[in-house]
This record gives sequence, structure tokens and C-alpha cells, in this order.
Amino acid sequence: MIPQNHLQGVTKITRREALRRGVHGAGGMMLAGSLASVATSGEAAPEKPKLQPKIKSVIQIFLWGGMSHNDTWDPKPKSGRDYMGEFMDVIDTNVPGIQLTSLFPMLAKQADKFSLIRSMTHRNNGHETAAYIMQTGHLPGGRLAYPSIGAVFAYFKRNEYKGIIPPYVVLTRPQGRFSEEGFLGPLYKPFATGGDPNAQRFEVEGVVARGITDDRQKARRELLYKLDVLSERLKDSPQVADAKQAREIAYELILGSGRDVFDLNKEDAKLRDTYGRHTFGQSCLVARRLVEAGVPYIVINYPGGWDTHSNHFTTMRRQCPQLDQGLAALLADLHDRGLLESTFVWCTGEFGRTTKVDWQPPWNGGRHHWGNCFTVLVAGGGFKGGRVVGSSDETATEVAERPVYPVDLLATVYTLAGIDYTANLPHPEGIPARVLPEPSDKVKSTGLLTELIA
Amino acid sequence: MRKATWLSLLLALAVPGGWLFAAELSEVYESATPPKPAGELDRIVFAKLDKLGVKPVLCSDAVFIRRAYLGVIGTMPSADEVREFLKDESPDKRSKLIDRLLERREFADYWSMKWGDILRIKAEIPVNLWPNAARAYHRWVWGSLLENKPYDRFVREMLTASGSNFRVGPVNFYRAIQDKTPTGIASAVALTFMGARTDNWPQQRLEGMAVFFSQISYKPTSEWKEEIVFWDPTQVKAVPGNFVPGRDTPGTIRPKPKDAPEPPSLPPEPAGPLKAVFPDGTSIVLPPDRDPREVFADWLITPQNPWFTKCIVNRIWAWLMGRGIIHEPDDIRDDNPPSNPELLAYLQKEFVASKYDMRHIYRLILKSQTYQFSSIPRDTRPEALANFASYLPQRLDAEVIIDAINKITGTTDLYTSPIPEPYTYIPRDMPAIALADGSVTSPFLALFGRSARATGMANERSNKPVPAQWLHMLNSSHIYNKLTTGPSIRTVFEAKRPAEEMIQDLYLTILSRYPTETEVKIAKDYLDANRGRREAAIDIAWALINSTEFLYSH
Repeated sequence: MIPQNHLQGVTKITRREALRRGVHGAGGMMLAGSLASVATSGEAAPEKPKLQPKIKSVIQIFLWGGMSHNDTWDPKPKSGRDYMGEFMDVIDTNVPGIQLTSLFPMLAKQADKFSLIRSMTHRNNGHETAAYIMQTGHLPGGRLAYPSIGAVFAYFKRNEYKGIIPPYVVLTRPQGRFSEEGFLGPLYKPFATGGDPNAQRFEVEGVVARGITDDRQKARRELLYKLDVLSERLKDSPQVADAKQAREIAYELILGSGRDVFDLNKEDAKLRDTYGRHTFGQSCLVARRLVEAGVPYIVINYPGGWDTHSNHFTTMRRQCPQLDQGLAALLADLHDRGLLESTFVWCTGEFGRTTKVDWQPPWNGGRHHWGNCFTVLVAGGGFKGGRVVGSSDETATEVAERPVYPVDLLATVYTLAGIDYTANLPHPEGIPARVLPEPSDKVKSTGLLTELIA
Repeated sequence: MRKATWLSLLLALAVPGGWLFAAELSEVYESATPPKPAGELDRIVFAKLDKLGVKPVLCSDAVFIRRAYLGVIGTMPSADEVREFLKDESPDKRSKLIDRLLERREFADYWSMKWGDILRIKAEIPVNLWPNAARAYHRWVWGSLLENKPYDRFVREMLTASGSNFRVGPVNFYRAIQDKTPTGIASAVALTFMGARTDNWPQQRLEGMAVFFSQISYKPTSEWKEEIVFWDPTQVKAVPGNFVPGRDTPGTIRPKPKDAPEPPSLPPEPAGPLKAVFPDGTSIVLPPDRDPREVFADWLITPQNPWFTKCIVNRIWAWLMGRGIIHEPDDIRDDNPPSNPELLAYLQKEFVASKYDMRHIYRLILKSQTYQFSSIPRDTRPEALANFASYLPQRLDAEVIIDAINKITGTTDLYTSPIPEPYTYIPRDMPAIALADGSVTSPFLALFGRSARATGMANERSNKPVPAQWLHMLNSSHIYNKLTTGPSIRTVFEAKRPAEEMIQDLYLTILSRYPTETEVKIAKDYLDANRGRREAAIDIAWALINSTEFLYSH
């Protein structure tokens, strides 16, 4: 049972605050109540937490399918083999008191750089719906299909970021769980690179083509311009004019400097080894290069996925060491380059997995979907490192203390990025659509993650 | 034979000698015959254009065949179909072509796709129809369009259907609405069949209409994910303890919840007489023995209804002409007037007189001179465009582009759902326009703006160009592989014959027309440059599929 803290938030809300936020009536102000209470809980009672925007870029490592949390970052060795399965060993990290399972030795050395939210909850066990909640903060089934945080982020950074690489990049395959750009339209659709960053040459779909030399690219472009005769006749059509402009931007990527960002041969071979010579590790390295190029939002969609109903422990043994290596190297490298302060890194799936191992056939030691309680790793961008927020019960099955809802994490990220999460997004029909849910949407919330932000 | 046609055309183009490039092209795109009103529709449009001082120009035969194929059946004509049509000298060949196209099965495929956007035919998020139901829904729409079911019946069946989502296709209209509250349903009905966005309505009007949809209920059966949509006047679903047994997952009977209260000993009383208000302001007390949905549907489909016929004829016009007489087609309100009220009224009158025959409206529009105007604008004032002085160029739908590329190259694409659909099998050669379920997709379709089918808004389908689409068209391995290995296009590249013939074949296949002399020369020079012939031929095909002429209906 989850403590209904959010209700207490409602009683804390002041009349002034309620009026300021335009909250009407006493019911259904869960979100406003709790997020507002943050502002009124301090002694000086500031209107809003005064925070310098820190986040310029975000790297989201999405462990789609849902990674087990008690096998990884919320181990409960006392719960025994029924729960711990094959991973009974835990190790200390460089922060006293924080332990991980022994699958993460490298990450353990970087624990001062990240924090763990061990009480994330949304109680939704469907891949699509949970992925939607985690990345939009809204509940599925409403009138609108909201855009994901990546699209929203790209939209709000549109005046700051003018690079030719699309503002919202996915390495390497799109999730495809829902339409991430939502009503923001195709400009904010995630650009999926395709290809494999661990291959000899990272062939970014559309940017770096196999077997076509620059000379041939230029020759065929010239041919296209000569043969594209109708385009001149229709130059007054706005649709056609837009298309030609978009084509020029594409050519800057194909023949200009944009593609160099994806060229890992420009990196030191030793650093590439540190990240790990596998698709995930090299994706992390590409993500860092994209951050350096100013790209606002980068998703690494974990190759292979974590939906381990069966074959669970084998998959974990194979994938966790790669996750450990790539993520640890990324955090260290961002830190060494002074980028961690302005780059927010978060790593989670759409949910965790059932904490008790299912030994029955056909699962034979599998774990199933679990949205009641799981762990999210956050780092950089103004988030403090070396902390643990909230806790789960003795088997990591339910939240024991300080539930955190997806909307709370997203609100904190937006705040640190200088994005007003109460602002409206541009809906094509002018339908009011807020970045995060309105009070009347009755989305559960416990407020900003004040304990993690300076 | 083929060569003779080509030569005669070249001769025809080159007769006076020394023509400029532009002069050649005018003949390619436009007809020298001045347009004359061919019926009442034209008379109304021409009168308006006269007032605006615009003299329209007709498109050429080559432009017409391409426009008609893409517009009516969402499919490119083959090179042979183009040759046949251009050779035909009968004066009514354009009209006969329209009749033939309206009878093709692809007509039902393509228009089921368009309706699928509006009716939100999608198995997964956000409408969550579930795969079997999405296909039942699609099959019903497809069959209705194929048999040209009168539109009033088509709509009435959807609004009044009851039964299983797997067996009775049209019940899925209600299940495909995200907000299943009475006002949410009323809002969706207004958008779909009245072209009205209820966000602009006074709240009272929506609430009055919502009463008609306040007695719909849904219940599971013992089959996984099956759901019965039914008229529930006594609100049995709302009675505490009235538990409907069913299965959540195969093999498990859903137990009665522990906290379910005991059912009452007496059956519930039927709800008292309900008062509802039609959107035109007329109130009605609903008879207790009639499904209120029927009462609403019967009001909706009358000829006097101010929204019903206006909405559908304007939608068909917008689909075929690229812009509604009322723009946008699902934003009908008093302060968004039609650009030509007389034209709209004429189409409504024809629609009622034909007993709601949708194909009659298609024929009226497609056989008009107005549909045959050149796309090269003579006048770019907004009022000229809003009155259809020239045909509006439109970026082809995502499905149409990829089907065309697959047809040209002889390749196929894989369509899947990111969520495993155990009962889905999509044959490799199924064209994208025939896909039933919006959840079954490909990266190409997503990138090129296929509708997410979340809201049923017409503009949810986005044909707006963005750079990432160009990266894909210009430089992706997906398109590159099709051009290099596709068996159909390889035949064109590899046949032993003069270069001119190959170039001509590429133009007929990709752009549905013969090349001009200048174009042949440009292509030939490219072939003769130091590159290998095959590689150069691929580049020519590549350039043509990246041209505005290919990517747009024009």
C-alpha cells in the first residue's frame, strides 16, 4: 500500500498559492497541491524554487522492456534466493551506504556522480502505457496523445539550438511504443540513426551512406537539380518551397560537417575501449559527442531490451556488464570534460520487474512487468550525486518511503532546464495542452525532488 | 513500336525547332485547349474565377493520368498504362479513365486508409481497439466503400451498432474514442460526422448532445479482449455488485472481486425519461423504449441537417483537391465560411438527390474541368488558391510514396507492430495503402507523417516536409537498396538497348510521362560521363524519385 502523501500536500496549499495557480475547487488538485507545496514549505516561502537553469542537454538511457530493479540497483540480499535468484552478491560503492549487486563493479566506482530513486512508482504494467507515463507524465487514455519529454525538450530549446543535427536523436532504433512527437509534429520526431556505432564505420541512416563517395554525392545532387524541373515552376507553392529548404538542410548533414559528429574514428582508441567495444558502449560515446555538438536531447534505446519473462538470468549476465561499462565510462567522461554539470543523464525502463522469481515453466526463472516500485538512476544537470531517494520494502516489491511519481521527476528535470512545466504546448487546434498534467487531471504527485537539487 | 511512339512524341515537341527548354515543358505539363465549363460545378467555379480575373489552364494528359491514379486509387500508373492512355485519341478518355478507376479494388483500399485516419482504426495506444477488432472495423469500412453503401446508412450503422467488437465491425466506432464519457463521445461524433470541433461550442450544446450517448455500455466476454458494446438503458453496468464474469488472460477465469458489494435483490428501475437537446437547439424527451443513439442518428442523417451533408461533401472535396471549400474540413462553424458557398450548396444538393451516393460526388468532381486545372499557378493570391484557380500540389501520403517506390523497383517493405500481434500476418506484397491497422507500421511510414490515429483530426496526417525525410529519400540504405537490387528496376537498367530508350522507360515508370529532348540530353550526358553505366542509371532513377514531380501530386 502506498502512503497517500499526495493528499497531505493538498492541505498544505495556501489560498494565495491556489489562486496563483488557478486551482479551483477542493478536489483533484493532487498535482498542484504537492508541486505547490514545494514552493510553500521553505521558511522564506518563495513563489517558486529559485534555480539557475543548468541542463543544456539530456541523455536518456532507456532500458525498454523494463530492467529488474532488485537484480541491479536495489538489491535485497536478506530476501533470499526466492527473490534474489542468481545474483545474491552485493558490493559497496565509493559512497558509504550505497550498495549494488555485483553485476555493476564499474558503476560502483562512480556512485558519487549519480543518485538512485528507489521508490519510483506508477503502478502500470503495460509496456506502452507505462512508457507513455514515464516519458510524458500524463496518464494514457485522455483526449490527447502528449509528446514525450524529448520532443518537449527539443521544442523549448528550439531558439537556443540551431545545429543541423536534428534536436532529438535516438541511438539507434526508435522505441515505437507511442508516437513520441505527439501533436508537436514531424519536426520534433526523434531522429533514429540506425546503423551500429560499434561497426567499422557508423552508418547513420541518411547521413553516412555505404558505397557512395563524396564525388558521386555531388554529381548526383547536380543531376537532381537539373532534372527537378517542376520544382522551379511551383516555387510559389509554400509546401514545395518548404521542401526545398528542408532538402538543403539535409545536404548540409550529408556533405557538410554534421556527419563528423558520428565519426567515432576521430576518438582515441583507448577511450573507445573504456566505453566498451559493443553497441551500447559506443552509443554512449556517440551520445557524448552529440552533447558536445549541442544536441538537446539524446536517447539511447538499449539494444536488445530487458523484457525478460524468460531467459532472465542469462540475459542479465550478458547485458548488465555492458550497461555497467558504458554508463560508468559515460559519467566519468562527462565529468572529466566538465559536461556533467550541464548534462542530465537518466537511466530507467518503463517499469521494474516482479521481485519474486517465477521458477515455473515456461518462465523457468523469469521476471514479469512491475510498475509498483522500481529504481531510476539520475546524474548531472544539477542533480546531486551519491544520494538515495526513497526506499522499497524488504523485498523491493512496494514503496516503503517517499514515493516518487514519474511526473515529479519530469517536473524536476524541466525546472532544472528552465522549462516552465505549467506552460502550454502549441496544439494545432489550439486545445490547451500543458507540458505536465493540470491539477484537474488527478495525476498523483509528491512534488519536486528537492532533496536532489541544490 | 515503342520506339515509334517515342520518336513521334519527340518530333511533335521539336517541330518548330530551336524551342527553349521552358516551351517544351509547358507542353509536358499543360494542355493547349482552353478550359470550358463542363457542367454546373464548373459554371459555379468559373463564375467565381471570372470575378477574381483568373484565367485557368488545363493540365496535359500525362499530368492528368498521374493525378487521377494517385488521387483516386493512391497508386501509380504503370508505364504501360501511361502509354495506352497517351495513345488513346478518344475525346472522352479522361472521363472513361475516372469510371475505370472508381471500379478498382484499390479504390476501396485507398479510401479505407483515409477513413481509417478519421475513424481511428488502430489496435494499440492510444485508442486500443485490439488487433482483431481493428481488422473487423477495417473490413467493414472497406466493404462499405467497395459496395458504395449510401453514406447515410454507413453513418447510421456506425452510430447505432451493438454487439461484439470482433464480430460487428461498426461497434468499434465507440471503442475507438479515447474519452468514452458521454461528452467525449458526443465530441467525437461531432468531429467525425458534423465536421465540428466542440471546443468552439457553448458547453450547453455539447451537454445536450451528450445525453444521446449516455446509455452506451461495454462488457467483456469469455473470449480474450472481446467486448460487447450495447444499449444499457437500466445502467446494469453501474449497479453495485453486478459483476460480469470474463477472462483477463487465456486460461484464467476472472474471479469476483473481494470487495464487490452484494447485488440488490430487485432488478434496477429503468432510468426516468431523458431530456436531450440536438445540436441545432431542438429539445426532445427520449422515449424509454428506443436507443437514444438511433434518435440522434435519425436526426443527423436528414437532408435538412445543417452539418451532415456539408461535412461529407466538403471532406471529399478536400481529399481530392487538397483543400476544403471550408478549410479545414473538420472546422465547420459560422465564422469559418466556405470560399464558395454556392459550390458547397450545389454538391450538397447533388448528394441528397443521388440518395447519399459518395461515388456520384467523386464523379462530379473528378470529371469537372476544375479538377483538371494545371498545378502551375497563374495567380498566387490567397483568394485565387482558395477558389481552386490552379490545382494545389500536395506531398503524397507516406503510404502512397512507399507503394510507388516499391512498384517501380519491384521490392516490398516489412510492416509490423511494435507490440507483438499474435494473429497478424501481413503478406510481403501487400501495399501500404491496404494496411488495416494503424499500429502496423514501418519506420518509413512513421517518418513520412502517417496519421497516429489518436484524435481523428484530418490534419493528424502530416505531409509537411522535414529534413529527416530528405535524409531518408536522398541517402538511406533502405531506398538505396531498392534502387540497386530491385528486380523491376534492374530490368530497366540491364536491357541491351540504346540509352534513350532506357531513359524514356525510367521517365514513364517514375514520372508517368515521356522525357523532353533536353531531359534526355541531360540524362545521356550523365550516362556518358566517366561513371559506370549501371551506377549512372541508378543515379538517374534516384534523381527522379527525389524530384518534386515524383513526390507531389501535381
